[in-house]
Amino acid sequence: MKVAVLKGGRSLERGVSLRSGARVEDALQRLDHEPLPLDAGGDLVKRLLAERPDVAFVAMHGPGGEDGTAQELLEILDIPFTGPGVAACARCMDKVLAKHALREAGVPTPDWFAFNETAFRELGAADALGGLERRLGFPLVVKPSRGGSALGVKFAAGRDEVPEALVSAFSYDDRVLLERFVEGRELAVGVLGSEPLPVVEAIPAGGDRYDFEARYEIGRTEFACPAELGEREAGAVTAAALEAYEALGCSGFSRVDLILAADGPQVLEVNAIPGLTDTSLLPQAAEAAGMSFEQLVGKILDLALPAVAPTR
Amino acid sequence: MPETPHRRRAHTRTRDLERYAGLFAERTGVMRSSAMRDLMAITARPEVISLAGGLPDTSTFPASTFAAQMTRIAQESAAAALQYGPTEGFAETVDCILEVMGAEGMLPDPDDVIVTTGGQQAIDLICKTLVDPGDVVVCEAPTYPGAVPVFCSYQAEVVQIECDGDGMRVGDLEEVLERLDREGRRPKFVYSVPSFQNPAGVTLSLERRQRLVELARQRELVVVEDNPYGLLRFSGEPLPPLYQLDGGDFVIYVGTLSKILSPGIRLGWAVAPPPVMEKIVLGKQASDLCTSTLTQHFVREYFAEGRWREYVDSLVEIYRRRRDTMVESLREHFPAEATWTEPQGGLFIWATLPDYIDTSDLLAKALREDVAFVPGQAAYVDERLGRHSMRLNFSGVGEEEIREGVRRIGRAIAEQVELYGALTSNPAASPAPAQPRASDMDAAGLPRPGAEGSGGDGGDVLPFRKTGEA
Repeated sequence: MKVAVLKGGRSLERGVSLRSGARVEDALQRLDHEPLPLDAGGDLVKRLLAERPDVAFVAMHGPGGEDGTAQELLEILDIPFTGPGVAACARCMDKVLAKHALREAGVPTPDWFAFNETAFRELGAADALGGLERRLGFPLVVKPSRGGSALGVKFAAGRDEVPEALVSAFSYDDRVLLERFVEGRELAVGVLGSEPLPVVEAIPAGGDRYDFEARYEIGRTEFACPAELGEREAGAVTAAALEAYEALGCSGFSRVDLILAADGPQVLEVNAIPGLTDTSLLPQAAEAAGMSFEQLVGKILDLALPAVAPTR
Repeated sequence: MPETPHRRRAHTRTRDLERYAGLFAERTGVMRSSAMRDLMAITARPEVISLAGGLPDTSTFPASTFAAQMTRIAQESAAAALQYGPTEGFAETVDCILEVMGAEGMLPDPDDVIVTTGGQQAIDLICKTLVDPGDVVVCEAPTYPGAVPVFCSYQAEVVQIECDGDGMRVGDLEEVLERLDREGRRPKFVYSVPSFQNPAGVTLSLERRQRLVELARQRELVVVEDNPYGLLRFSGEPLPPLYQLDGGDFVIYVGTLSKILSPGIRLGWAVAPPPVMEKIVLGKQASDLCTSTLTQHFVREYFAEGRWREYVDSLVEIYRRRRDTMVESLREHFPAEATWTEPQGGLFIWATLPDYIDTSDLLAKALREDVAFVPGQAAYVDERLGRHSMRLNFSGVGEEEIREGVRRIGRAIAEQVELYGALTSNPAASPAPAQPRASDMDAAGLPRPGAEGSGGDGGDVLPFRKTGEA
C-alpha cells in the first residue's frame, strides 16, 4: 500500500514532527508498505494529486497539521487518513474549545478563564484580572490556547507575574487561558481506536514542577509506564481519559494528559496527534501493552481505512 | 545482485532507553537541549531572514581565487594534500598564523602554536587539558553561546561576570576571585572575548585589559583570550590583545580564520606555554589526529598570494555598512524602552528589551513573521538569565534584509509593549522611535561604563536596565 507520511510543516513543532515522520516511514517499510515522505509545504496538494496514495499517515504536530487543516485537505482529495477527523483536531488544538467541550460532557477539567488579545487591547479586560485571580488562586497557569509542547506555558506565582506571563502566552496565539493550578501526579493515557493504553506518569527529576521546559528533556523528567497506580485510581484515570477522547470526538488514536489530584483525575488537554518519536509517551505506552512500534503503526493505519476494505 | 540494505532508522524501545540511560556518562546529564533549540531549528527555513547566525559573508570570497588555488593544489601537491599531517599542524600553516597575529602586534614562538579544527576545538582542547568536573571556570555574562556547551560537557562550574559597555567588569572579577579564595577554590581559567565580543558586541577597554593581565600575573591565573574578530574593526583605535600585553606567560590565545577567511575550512589555533601545549597536543591527537591537511594546503596557497589583508579590509567595509544599517534600523523600529550596543567591530549587536518581554517567546512570534534572532538565554549558563535580551547578527545578510528583519522584530516588540501597557493599565510606551539617551551613552555611542576600580562599579551592566520604569 502506498502511504503518504505527512510531516514537518511550518509549525514550531516541526522538529518533533520530522522525527515522528521518519520513524513512521521506517516502520511502514518494515511492514512492506510503500512510504511516501511528504514535508508539508506549498506543493503538498500537487504532490498528493500526482502520487495518489492509498492512505495518508498524518505525523504533523501543532497548528497546520494537528488542527484540522491538513485533514480538511485530505477529505477534499478523498484520501483516507490516520488519527482524528477535522472537527476533533480543531477542538483538541484549541484548548479553550476543548475545555468547553469537556465541561459540557461532564469531564473534570481545571477551572479557567479565556481571553482574546483584543479584549485586553481594546476592551480593558485587564480590569477583570483581579477578580479572576481571586477565583482561580495562585499559582495559576497561563497558556496559549493553540500551541504545542510547553511553548509559552508559564506559571504565575503571584499577581505581579501575570502580565508578563500573558505577554509570553500571547506570543504564540491571540487567545490565552488562565487556568487553576492543580497539584497532583502528571499522567498521560494513549487511546488506540477505543481502547486505552497503560497509563504513563511523568516525574520531574529535579522536583521542579514549575519548569515546563524540563518536561521534554530526557534526564530532567523520568517516565514510568505503566504508572504505579492502585486499581481504583487507574480505573478512574482511564475512564476520564476515554470520556475526554469521546467528548472531543477523537478517533484513530490520541493522547489524553491529566493530573491525578487528591480528589480524582482532571483532564488538562487531548493531543490529537501525539508525538511518535523514540522518546514519546504513546509508543512507550503501546510497548507496555505488548505492542511493538510496527504493530502500533499498523493498527493506526487499519483504523484509518474504511471498515469493509481489507487492508493487507 | 545483492539486495540494497535498508537504511537503519532509530527504532528505540523503552528497554533501549533504559539501557542507554544506564550507559550515559555523567557529563551528558549537564548537556542541555531545550525547547529553544527546537525553535532555532526552524530559523533555517529559506524564507526566514536570519539575524540569528554568526555567519561571515562567504559570498564575497572570489570563486575564481578559490578555483585557482584548489586547482594548483590538485596539480602540484595532491598526494600530500590528501595525506595525514602532523598533529601540531604544518609549519607553513603556523607561518600564516604568525602573519595574522603579527597584524595585531603579537609575536609568539612558533613552537607554542597548534593548528586546530576551528577555534571551537581550541576551546575544547583547553578545557580537556585544564578542567576537572567541579572546577571553576570564569567567563563573561553574556558569553559566547558556543562556549557554554563546552564548559558544561567538562562539568565545569561556570561563574559569569557582568559586562558593560567596556567589556567584562574587571572590578567584579576581582571580588569574585577573592570570594573564591575565601572558599578555598581557584578558577582554572578566565575565558574572555575581549574584542567585539560575541554576543554583546562590546570591547574590553585598555585600562581593563591592563588590569586583567596584572591580575593574572599577581594571582598566577590563566586567562584564555578568544579573539576571532580583532581584525574586523570599523572604527576607533585598535587595542592590544591580552596576549600581547602579557607576553604569553599567563594568557592562552585562541585564534581562527573563520571570520577573516572562511568558517567552512575549519581552521583555528591555540597558543600556549610549552607545558600546556604538550598536553593540548596529546589531547588533539586523541580527538582527531590532525587538522585537515587539504584545508592547510589551501590556507598556505591563499596566504602565499599575499592579498589576505585586502580581503579582510573589504569585509570590514561591508560589515561597517551593515552595522550602520542595523543601528539605523534599530533606532527607527525598536521601541523607546529598548537599549542596544553599538559595536566598533565584529558581527553582533546585543539588544535588551523591557524585563516583561521574554525573548524566547518573542522569537516564536518573530518566526511567524519570518525573521529570527538568538534569544539572550543562550549566552548564559543559568538559562533563567538573559531572557530579556537578544543577539542580532549583521554580517550574514545584506542591508535590505537587515532593514526588513529589524522592522519585523520591532513590530513584534511594539505589539508586546502595547499589550503589556494594556495589562498593567499603564499607557503604552510612547510610539516614538528610540534614540539611545545621551545620559546613557558615551561619545562612541556605547553605554557608559561605571568607574572601574576597587569594588562597586556604578555603571549599567548588560543587560542594560533603564531606570524609572513604572
